[in-house]
Amino acid sequence: MSAVEASALESEEVVHLGGGEEFEEREFGFWLYLMTDAVIFALLFATYVVMKDNIAEGPDAKSLFDLGHTAGETLLLLLSSITFGFASLASLDLKRGQVIFWLVVTIALGVGFVAMEISEFVGMIAQGAGPQVSGFLSAFFTLVGTHGLHVSFGVIGITVMIGQIAVKGLTNPVKSRLYRLGLFWHFLDIVWIGIFSVVYLPGIL
Amino acid sequence: MLGRLTIDALPFYSWVAMAGAGVTVLGGLVVFALITYLGAWRYLWREWLTSVDHKKIGIMYIVLALVMLIRGFIDAIMMRAQQAIALNSEGYLPAEHFEQIFSSHGTIMIFFMAMPFVSGLFNVVMPQQIGARDVAFPFMNALSLWLTAAGAALVLVSLVVGKFSEAGWTGYPPYSGIQYSPGVGVDYWIWALLVSGVGSTLTGINFVVTILKKRAPGMTLMRMPMFTWTTLVVSLLMAFAFPALTVVAIQLGLDRYLGFHFFTNEAGGNMMNYANLLWIWGHPEVYILILPAFGVYSEVVATFSGKRLFGYDSLVYATACIGILSFTVWLHHFFTMGSSANVNAFFGIATMIIAVPTGVKVFDWLFTMYRGRIVFHPCMYWTVGFIVTFVIGGISGVLLALPPADYLMHNSTFLVAHFHNVLIPGALFGYFTGMNYWFPKAFGFKLNETWSIRAFWFWLIGFYLAFMPLYVLGFMGMVRRMEHYNVPEWQPYLVVAAVGAVFVLIGIFCIIMQFYVSFRDRAEAVDTTGDPWNGRTLEWATTSPPAPYNFAIIPNVEDVDAFADMKRRGVVGVRPAAYEDIVMPKSTGAGIILGGLAFVLGFAMIWHIWWLAACALVGSVVVLILRVSNDDDEFIITAAEVEAIESKRQFSQFKIATDASVAGRPRPDGQPAAGKI
Repeated sequence: MSAVEASALESEEVVHLGGGEEFEEREFGFWLYLMTDAVIFALLFATYVVMKDNIAEGPDAKSLFDLGHTAGETLLLLLSSITFGFASLASLDLKRGQVIFWLVVTIALGVGFVAMEISEFVGMIAQGAGPQVSGFLSAFFTLVGTHGLHVSFGVIGITVMIGQIAVKGLTNPVKSRLYRLGLFWHFLDIVWIGIFSVVYLPGIL
Repeated sequence: MLGRLTIDALPFYSWVAMAGAGVTVLGGLVVFALITYLGAWRYLWREWLTSVDHKKIGIMYIVLALVMLIRGFIDAIMMRAQQAIALNSEGYLPAEHFEQIFSSHGTIMIFFMAMPFVSGLFNVVMPQQIGARDVAFPFMNALSLWLTAAGAALVLVSLVVGKFSEAGWTGYPPYSGIQYSPGVGVDYWIWALLVSGVGSTLTGINFVVTILKKRAPGMTLMRMPMFTWTTLVVSLLMAFAFPALTVVAIQLGLDRYLGFHFFTNEAGGNMMNYANLLWIWGHPEVYILILPAFGVYSEVVATFSGKRLFGYDSLVYATACIGILSFTVWLHHFFTMGSSANVNAFFGIATMIIAVPTGVKVFDWLFTMYRGRIVFHPCMYWTVGFIVTFVIGGISGVLLALPPADYLMHNSTFLVAHFHNVLIPGALFGYFTGMNYWFPKAFGFKLNETWSIRAFWFWLIGFYLAFMPLYVLGFMGMVRRMEHYNVPEWQPYLVVAAVGAVFVLIGIFCIIMQFYVSFRDRAEAVDTTGDPWNGRTLEWATTSPPAPYNFAIIPNVEDVDAFADMKRRGVVGVRPAAYEDIVMPKSTGAGIILGGLAFVLGFAMIWHIWWLAACALVGSVVVLILRVSNDDDEFIITAAEVEAIESKRQFSQFKIATDASVAGRPRPDGQPAAGKI
């Protein structure tokens, strides 16, 4: 093996998403945390499925859900996952400006998603379909709202992340945090796809 | 401004309640005055409250557990006294007060006595057993402690300000709903569980990562000490079961605070969801409490029999098996609530299957003792007492696992007798054993043995007196949680049960005496080498109490029972050519501050003081952001400092006998006679 190849291999090891092996325990711990969060969502999904026909005197899913609106939310959230991915890739090349740019875009998309969700909730409550109306609506608002709350906390997290990158630069601890925040953000995408497939699609079909 | 909080929240309405509040306030004042008198606030803050050292966190957990044990026991003896006299009369407790007492007794014993005891033992022992210098996430560890303490504080405060839940420790709706329980009691219960439950989830995550990532070189999974194995399985259970408790508590909270309809009778609510969600957490919880005790017994039996643990592999598989099965039996808590016969049959069979790995364990302990050189240390008293008593509880459990039998027994005192019969010997005796066994490791001197043996006999006899009559009463048709009754035939049994509670009271007194006498005579019981019992696992390789870093040199593990193996190889006390700098986590006040804010958040939500709740929430988020942005959270103990500490220490001089010579009969082929190499 030539010296050039050897150094290329070494430099490949340096290119590790998330700040290096010293943070492996934190990454593993964060995966475990995500699994506990997945249990929370799994149980909220189960609750929703059990209660979705308990509409009492209230409206049913079909009269409430608007596929266009949901498609818009989905578009925003999936796009935000891609832009977060761009931020992660830029962090590999230590391009601080690019990372911050893509994170800002991610925040914009995330805030857009939360705004759309709030407008949906407000609209439903205005037409007399608040969570106090029936078991179905209680379960719906709790499941979707918990996801929305996660996205909101994610937005706060990304804001703090931008601050850290701006002040500290892309140091290894910061890159490790960026990586874990990315896991969280992509995880919320997966949960949303579950909500789309279990809540909205069957509700409309 | 203060929400629902008015002067009426103070318990001026009842002498008994006022006495309880008075004792709580007085106790707090005495502790406060004592610390001030000793001028110990600064020491306490610097060395303990802000510490992220797993050993100190463990000790604080166990102190919390013992305090709450006394609080929970006072509830117990009050109930026994009430039932002993309440034949055709009201006794001395009004019905609603009696309901609060049985609710707080269960809540305290499960969440704030047993859980902190478990976490405490894990913290003190497990990192040392795997040859680690700390847990994976030291700050998160402190945060878990202070969240648990905040939950406990909410329960204690409920004694003084307002009332506690009357809906039982399981808080079944619709009774726990806003319609039937409009007061603050259920809210106290919900917030105590939510706050401490988050702490438990974090503990689970922390210890799984610690065990899987921080073991000493050479310690493969199948070389881990049994207690570490139970810690691993329990941590997984904590991480994956506690989210269910969080979900169900939040849903009940939404019903109560915002008028949702998860569990209400009207508008499409479904109470059965509550029963399912609660017990999806609740049954793994039973094993979260019992498996650590099984781990303690495994260590103790091997050490005091002078032999390797019999059937180590089978114990590991049995533990893992119980961990998995614990998620498949939750419905047996409500066989009578309308499931079909086939569903009941499935869960009944799954429940009985759990008895198999548990039985395996009992045989493994017995065979470890067989042909051992048993030392009758108090730890062995507690262990043998456990084995005998626990088997009775296990058999009554198999009986309850039969759905048709359960239809007769459910909600009777037979059930009460059963779960106390598994949890007192199966969990609490194990924690006491662990406390006696590892006390010298934590404090550097041994506990008095005479008082421990006295405590054991009073607890054991008290247990039988208190709970065997409840089995009989269950067959006689007495349901649980009765404030008064009119069946004269029951009373003699209830009087015997009350006498049993008095025996347990004396047992608790003996434990307090044990601490006092041990502290007074500590000079005669100093553990100079760190290995008082000729131990077999790595925690005995450190000093007692251990240096902050536990191990100056991380040991190399070549066998199960790593320390016994090191003694055989003669590598104990071999000093290295040079020591290295050791990086350790810095103390931080963030854990206790977040715990305090969680307490304020809970208290404000309970009393509907919305502005305060918002402040506490924002405050927590800010503290958390500051903490996670901090990159300067470690410091270095230099090689010179390490050498200064290490040069003063003494090492274990014990020789460890081979299993063959212990059993006294080598096999013809020269292999050891007992145990598996």
